[in-house]
Amino acid sequence: MARRGLAAEAAGTAVSPSRTVTLRISRENPADARGGERGFSVHKVPVEKWTTVLDAILDVKKHIDHSVAVRYSCRQATCGSCGMLINGRPRLACFTKIDELGADTVTVEPMKNFPVVRDLVVGFERLFEAHRGVKPYVVGAGGSGGPPGAAEAAPQTPEELERFVQFSACIKCGLCNSACPTMATDSSFVGPQALAQAYRYVADSRDKGREERLKIIDESHGIWRCHFAGSCSQVCPKGVDPAMGIQLLRGYLLGFRK
Amino acid sequence: MRESTIMRIHYGTALGAVALVAVHVLFRFTQDFSDSLQYESVIANYQFLPYAGLLEIILVLLSIHGFNGLRVVLLELRQGRAYEKAVSYGCLAAMFAVIAYGSRTIIMASAGTVS
Repeated sequence: MARRGLAAEAAGTAVSPSRTVTLRISRENPADARGGERGFSVHKVPVEKWTTVLDAILDVKKHIDHSVAVRYSCRQATCGSCGMLINGRPRLACFTKIDELGADTVTVEPMKNFPVVRDLVVGFERLFEAHRGVKPYVVGAGGSGGPPGAAEAAPQTPEELERFVQFSACIKCGLCNSACPTMATDSSFVGPQALAQAYRYVADSRDKGREERLKIIDESHGIWRCHFAGSCSQVCPKGVDPAMGIQLLRGYLLGFRK
Repeated sequence: MRESTIMRIHYGTALGAVALVAVHVLFRFTQDFSDSLQYESVIANYQFLPYAGLLEIILVLLSIHGFNGLRVVLLELRQGRAYEKAVSYGCLAAMFAVIAYGSRTIIMASAGTVS
């Protein structure tokens, strides 16, 4: 039977049956004068095969409850804004299809190890501060901050690029910091995101700030507090391996790598 | 001291302790295991100077490694300038105390002042 609105040649295309899942959204407002206790709002949402968790949350926000707070922007795993715990695991909401979760109930909560601003929105101040702290840019020959000028720009071989290129894919979504067990107890820990970025620039053959950067992370709440749980690498949506970067950085500090 | 220097010492003492404790355990095979904790046997071990030296080195290595490990655990539990200073100096003091007390035992037993 031809469906209304479908072109004749597309009528034979299998259309996935829609289903309904239960979406549990964590609700919390620390700024609330009444104490801001945490709870969940529960909604039944229709989903298709292609529906992402972010789509479902925005569906709730649009049609059921406008007050749900969620941060998002690009909807294509590029901006790193929509990180959250989805069924207990840190993921990007825009990059997670409900269908692939294989569950009838989807629970979304704010990322752990970050202060909650409201509902699913967390504060990234500490992440950005740690990121800035490791000088996330190529330091020029004069030791100046910022990228090298045209005169300083040096070509790289594919092998030199290979050493750090995967770490350039970091979108600063904070999922690695959320999954890190050390971040949970050590509020001063630099974190896997910043350490992976430190490695990215330390391993860059154009960078002249290696010693300075290694000194920054070589302190009591720096690189040595990593227990190599590896959960940061497990949850990275861009395939970055911060745990490996941290071990390679340790090689520089211990003198195994030059 | 830079943290990487401390961690170098931490890893080095661990490796050293594993090797020397292995030697210490191998010494148990020179006699029946049940005899090794007999009073005379223990005193004889202390009075054999190379072995007493081995025990002293193990004591130092394990104290350094153990108390630095404790420092790291405590630093991860809580943060704060005063707390971190107290933990670092506290662990250092405890390490020296354990080494001093253990060395006293080894020296006294080795010198035959223990009857």
